[in-house]
Amino acid sequence: MNFDLSEEQQLLQQTVGQFLENECAAPLVREIFEGETGFDPALCKGMVELGLAGLHLPEEQGGAGLELIDLALAAETLGRAGAPGPFFGHALASLAIRLGGSEEQQSRWLPRLAGGDAIGTVALGEEGGLWQPEEWTLVGDGKLCGRKLHVPYASLAEVTVVGVAGGGLVLVERSAPGVEIAPVGGVDRSRRLDVLDLDGAPCEALPEGRTAAPRVRDAGLVLLAADAFAAGSRLVEMSVEYAKTREQFGVTIGHFQALKHQLVDMAVEIEPARALYWYAAHAFDHIPEEAERAAALAKAHLTDIAMRVARAAVEAHGGIGFTWECDVQIWFKRAMFDRAFLGTPAVHRERAAQLAGW
Amino acid sequence: MDLTYGKEYEEFREEVRAFLAANWPPKGAEAELPREEGKARFRERAVTCGYLARSIPKRFGGSEQAPDEIRAAIIREEFFRAHAPGDIRGIGSMMLVPTLLEKGEEWQKEKFVPPTVRGEFIWCQGYSEPGSGSDLASLKARAELVGDEWVINGQKIWTTNAHNADYMFCLCRTEPDASKHAGISYLLIPMKQPGVEVQPLRQMTGGADFNQVFLTDARTPRDWIVGKRGEGWIVSRSTLKHERNSIGAAAQSTAMFAGLVQLAKSARRNGRPAIEDPEIRQRLAALEGTVRSHEYSGYRQLTLDAKGQSPGALQTMNKLISTNIGHEVAKIALDLIDDDGLLDPIADRAMGRIPSGNRGWINQYMYSLGIAVAGGTANIQRNVIGERGLGLPRDAYAQGRPGK
Repeated sequence: MNFDLSEEQQLLQQTVGQFLENECAAPLVREIFEGETGFDPALCKGMVELGLAGLHLPEEQGGAGLELIDLALAAETLGRAGAPGPFFGHALASLAIRLGGSEEQQSRWLPRLAGGDAIGTVALGEEGGLWQPEEWTLVGDGKLCGRKLHVPYASLAEVTVVGVAGGGLVLVERSAPGVEIAPVGGVDRSRRLDVLDLDGAPCEALPEGRTAAPRVRDAGLVLLAADAFAAGSRLVEMSVEYAKTREQFGVTIGHFQALKHQLVDMAVEIEPARALYWYAAHAFDHIPEEAERAAALAKAHLTDIAMRVARAAVEAHGGIGFTWECDVQIWFKRAMFDRAFLGTPAVHRERAAQLAGW
Repeated sequence: MDLTYGKEYEEFREEVRAFLAANWPPKGAEAELPREEGKARFRERAVTCGYLARSIPKRFGGSEQAPDEIRAAIIREEFFRAHAPGDIRGIGSMMLVPTLLEKGEEWQKEKFVPPTVRGEFIWCQGYSEPGSGSDLASLKARAELVGDEWVINGQKIWTTNAHNADYMFCLCRTEPDASKHAGISYLLIPMKQPGVEVQPLRQMTGGADFNQVFLTDARTPRDWIVGKRGEGWIVSRSTLKHERNSIGAAAQSTAMFAGLVQLAKSARRNGRPAIEDPEIRQRLAALEGTVRSHEYSGYRQLTLDAKGQSPGALQTMNKLISTNIGHEVAKIALDLIDDDGLLDPIADRAMGRIPSGNRGWINQYMYSLGIAVAGGTANIQRNVIGERGLGLPRDAYAQGRPGK
């Protein structure tokens, strides 16, 4: 029995954390958050140099050959810093090509994606909350038509993995004719979303796309759960810190039991749930019979409680918590992204119920 | 990460299983013995093999094993699976014995530890008083030394099992002029004497697990004190480095949740199994998120304990998390049993027996509130988590003031 991180995994989190402390400090996060593109080339380059673009890809394709748990730990560390950029969509796109692509497709794309020479993303969600592979409707034999909503950083991505009717996956290149991209104006300014309109755009199927799609979805659920854990625990820390410094009636407000108990209830929701996302990430590679359900439960639970914690964090900060200048909003909005992307908690709880045979 | 126990521990598990297969339930002539005697023989053998009383020295009737959280967890799992008698879980072996082993005189250990470990001495805990709950150190029960005996006067409350107990370990004020915490001593008091009157305290379920204990010139020998005069508060806080059973509480929550899912499968809603109802499915899956978080956090704490590392704030949270789960299980169960929620939990049972079926869920609905209060209310737990876990400042009112 060893349910703890290895030394290598702890080192990974420390290294990434240290890098972000230096290169992605609060003022820069704020600048990117408020900026036009939600993207900083230098920060992105630094992350690639740390190996974050290919942690989960095979070594022969330029990756680090690690597992989903390692990718999720990186996602947690990035989330804790509020690091803006295309990490999430890029990770899922490269995983999709790895799991569903032909050998030729893999060797064409993976080394470039792992090395940061190209950015990838995924186009999954459709109008009406259709996120799951069996719900996708886009059709096209070689030429794809239709609309995908909520595509992370489509405008930056050279290649987009698009979910199509029947639950398969296809590749669409940004430079192809019939591809139109427009910003959504998403709530989380640290992870920008675009609408992808396809009008007879040439596409190329991933031969094992149907097998890969649910796995990519599950990996996405775990990464969102990891990010939600980061948002929730960061907000607890910020709220506790505020309670230790803000004074009223001549004492720090952390003395007051009403606030103390509110902070404890936030921590008691979030802290144990770290193990839930660890378990789901571990199950993805090691407990195949539980992987799908564990991912659904982790995403539903963590994003639900992260949102509850985020609302409580605003209250714990008083009036300042409601302002644009207060950084609480950054993680509040990341939690909103985590909650809605790939389907709400209710969707994944129902899936978990079905998968349990209830 | 590896969720198996590993080769060495799986071998150990096989060893435990073989022991259980050979010894429980009792075989041959032993199967004819009265049940309690059969259990006692089994326990004796399990101690000899190192499976029970692991943290107790051999000379006091234990098996004196090196602390090993994982072995302890395997033993609990396998004994539970075989329905075999485990360690005596009374308050005597759980609280008094570790305290005596750390702070007691040699003769006290010899006299009290072995029979307590065997379950022959039953103990109750005399801590809370009607006027001293959360603020325990304000307690007023007085003990005065008269000749060679302590003479004790006062009232204790919430005394689980006092009606069965042979002895009480009791906090009494012996130094009335000292400050609040420094005026308390830790005494051992025989229960079967004229100065001790036990009155059952019936709880809202109708059962009576607690008591009030009236001490009126109750007596105990001068040397039945653990630690020195005025050290009782410190003695009562002492805990040994023993196996912490960090997954035990979570396992109970998991088992309770499994029971709830069974209930949802058998209960009906709109003529169909209730588990097909979308609202019930949502609530069950939402609760499962909390239950599994608790369960997997238990694995993590087990791992850290085994490595001698601290899980930090998490370990202060276990009781509150279990309490929260108990509340939520109770609420969902009450909705599932529908108009059986009109039933009295123990109307058709002898007093004190735990009811089964839907009446059992009503009992749990109420009992979960008792659990939330026992051993420190949920709000006291929140203070502990806030102050020790999150490092928030202590409540000004909780700073020590004189006892008088």
